[in-house]
Amino acid sequence: MQTAHQSAPDKRDRGGAAQPLLIVENLRKHFPVRGGLLNRQIATVQAVDDVSFSVRKGETLGIVGESGCGKSTTARLLMNLIKPDAGTTIFDGDGVGEAGGITVTALRRQMQMVFQDSYSSLNPRLTMVESIAYAPRMHGLPAREATRRAESLLAQVGLNPAQFGRRYPHELSGGQRQRVNIARALALEPRLVIFDEAVSALDKSVEAQVLNLLNELKARLNLTYLFISHDLNVVEYISDRVLVMYLGRVVETGPATEIYSRPRHPYTRALLASKPTLDPDRRTTVLPLTGDPPNPINPPSGCRFRTRCAYAQPRCAEIVPPLAAPLDTLAGAEPEHLVACIVPEAQAAAEIVHAA
Amino acid sequence: MPLDAAPQPPAILVENLCVRFERRGQPEISAVNGVSFSLDRGKVLTILGESGSGKSVSLKALMGLLPPFARVSGRIEIAGRDILKLPASKLAQVRGGEISMIFQEPMSALDPVYTIGQQIAETIVQHEGTDQSTAMARARQLLERVAIPSAARRLKNYPHEMSGGMRQRAMIALALACNPSVLLADEPTTALDVTVQIQILMLLRELQQDLGMAIVFVTHDVGVAAEISDRMAVMYAGRFVETGTVREVMHEARHPYTAGLLSSTVHGGLRNQGELRTIPGSPPSLAALPPGCHFMPRCREAVSRCASEPPVVVPNPGAMVRCVHAEAQHPAGGAPA
Ligand SMILES: Nc1ncnc2c1ncn2[C@@H]1O[C@H](COP(=O)(O)OP(=O)(O)OP(=O)(O)O)[C@@H](O)[C@H]1O
Ligand SMILES: Nc1ncnc2c1ncn2[C@@H]1O[C@H](COP(=O)(O)OP(=O)(O)OP(=O)(O)O)[C@@H](O)[C@H]1O
Ligand SMILES: [Mg+2]
Ligand SMILES: [Mg+2]
Repeated sequence: MQTAHQSAPDKRDRGGAAQPLLIVENLRKHFPVRGGLLNRQIATVQAVDDVSFSVRKGETLGIVGESGCGKSTTARLLMNLIKPDAGTTIFDGDGVGEAGGITVTALRRQMQMVFQDSYSSLNPRLTMVESIAYAPRMHGLPAREATRRAESLLAQVGLNPAQFGRRYPHELSGGQRQRVNIARALALEPRLVIFDEAVSALDKSVEAQVLNLLNELKARLNLTYLFISHDLNVVEYISDRVLVMYLGRVVETGPATEIYSRPRHPYTRALLASKPTLDPDRRTTVLPLTGDPPNPINPPSGCRFRTRCAYAQPRCAEIVPPLAAPLDTLAGAEPEHLVACIVPEAQAAAEIVHAA
Repeated sequence: MPLDAAPQPPAILVENLCVRFERRGQPEISAVNGVSFSLDRGKVLTILGESGSGKSVSLKALMGLLPPFARVSGRIEIAGRDILKLPASKLAQVRGGEISMIFQEPMSALDPVYTIGQQIAETIVQHEGTDQSTAMARARQLLERVAIPSAARRLKNYPHEMSGGMRQRAMIALALACNPSVLLADEPTTALDVTVQIQILMLLRELQQDLGMAIVFVTHDVGVAAEISDRMAVMYAGRFVETGTVREVMHEARHPYTAGLLSSTVHGGLRNQGELRTIPGSPPSLAALPPGCHFMPRCREAVSRCASEPPVVVPNPGAMVRCVHAEAQHPAGGAPA
């Protein structure tokens, strides 16, 4: 996947190779739920609760988890589209919005996001070249240069600028529009790109084209990706490391190969076992997980997964399990694979055990 | 079934179904171009195809849910009866009775202003003329049948008071209300989380076996097809390009489009396996279909003969491939499966 030529060292690289591009610590966002006659706050949704992780330079970090677990909220917090209730973000060693750190405006240039809906994220009255050139022009690039950059980006995402540059969004297929969205996200030469279900709406044959494109661009432009998707196979394919979320919290994180070959959290195991098989002779026969995810308003105390977990013990209701090395880790080892679970049998199990 | 019994007609037989959308001032769209299949009770046929290939339009045509400007032709038999020849009142009785449908978005089938119990009971009263309390008792059994916990209490819920997975189950219960012999399912799990999707797929599998229904299941997801189907039909630009048993289609795809679709689907264990295989280009416009094989412009194996109508090749009974290359291997062409 790595293309032959690597770009020159990035002048914007401040912290060096060992400095993670992004460090997120104890990020929290609780949304008020209003209701009643006076529209008073009647509850809170704990959308993102004490989430910490880091993204290394040049890697792809995948985020998976069920609907409502807080993936998009995390992305929107990172992009500063919404304000966190608590938490710190460090970009290439500089605290975001801190004195002596990096300003939100400066961060915005280095971080871009691509959304699922290829149609609504493009202005229907702008041609493809105009759409892509818009942000660079707003940042002061002269019109002619912005257009040239837009055309070059179109070519880079596999769309002939002569053929597609003057078209409007409705004149493109979904896959072509998503390529334009990717080109648009790259127009300010970001270092980190967040993809929130960016390939989910595409047909499989087109999805494969776009995934190849993402890998190629990443190598060519020295990019770092945060890749959110509910498609576990796509996340396995594209990610170096994976973060598994459940009801606003991180339950497991580690190298993709390890998460997929030896998941430690019972939720991760159930999630992976829920993937439909591609072999009609090996259909799913044991239900991996019963019920729906619980309501994020008033989530269970302690471990939020305990209400659906076959290994749950009384103390799981009392302790919020820390994200830590698996309990059978040898002393002195510093594993990359971390799990938020306090029950040794739950971490060690290889098979799905049906919750009662 | 005793050996000497008369052979039963298939639960559903569709012959040469075509749907065109003709609206003044707009180009004519050929959405479904000659779909044929037959399906016995107790079997699941999956129609696998990408966006715009005509899957939903095909099912809507069977259910009579298309707008008036849609031109529908062909033959649709339910349990041996040609339903397009029935008078309107009889037809309404068949649709929603012997044949019913579930959707991707349950809110399109459920009415937000009535409780789940009221809606199921109303359907039973309408189709079977039972009294209200019998119907309500049946409704409760149905909710139990689709594994909704505390069914008696859930009867009194409005759709918005249920979670996504629960609503999907309620919609299935509603579709089962009149003991249909044919269930049409249009991507009923596409909007669900994987953990809930597998629950619904396993439920449908169980119901179909217990009740002996025929299910026509539409999806764009190869994995879902592998989990649920007995037979598969791969649809491209309004046509079946290949049909066969789920194993035939998944393990020995004969049409280049099927093969391309299967190999471009991202499956497990592909990490570090290099570039994904893709199908170049995108599907043709249904307003201007290329003559001959509709897949030809994207096909790596295209030859000049593909510009004329592709042969319908029957490699073995019940299977079908629409491709000149299949003809070379199975020279005896035949009628569509
Ligand atoms: N602006 C908001 N106001 C109130 N609640 C919100 C808001 N945005 C998100 N939520 C809630 O926060 C929780 C997390 O939502 P989020 O969109 O982050 O989930 P997600 O993991 O992206 O899910 P999906 O896979 O469905 O996209 C959900 O319960 C959601 O309803
Ligand atoms: N009411 C309508 N009027 C005009 N064209 C229509 C109408 N309904 C569907 N079509 C067209 O018919 C074609 C087939 O649509 P259909 O909904 O069957 O696709 P599908 O295979 O179900 O795709 P998807 O996977 O996106 O649901 C599409 O090109 C669509 O735009
Ligand atoms: Mg989201
Ligand atoms: Mg459809």
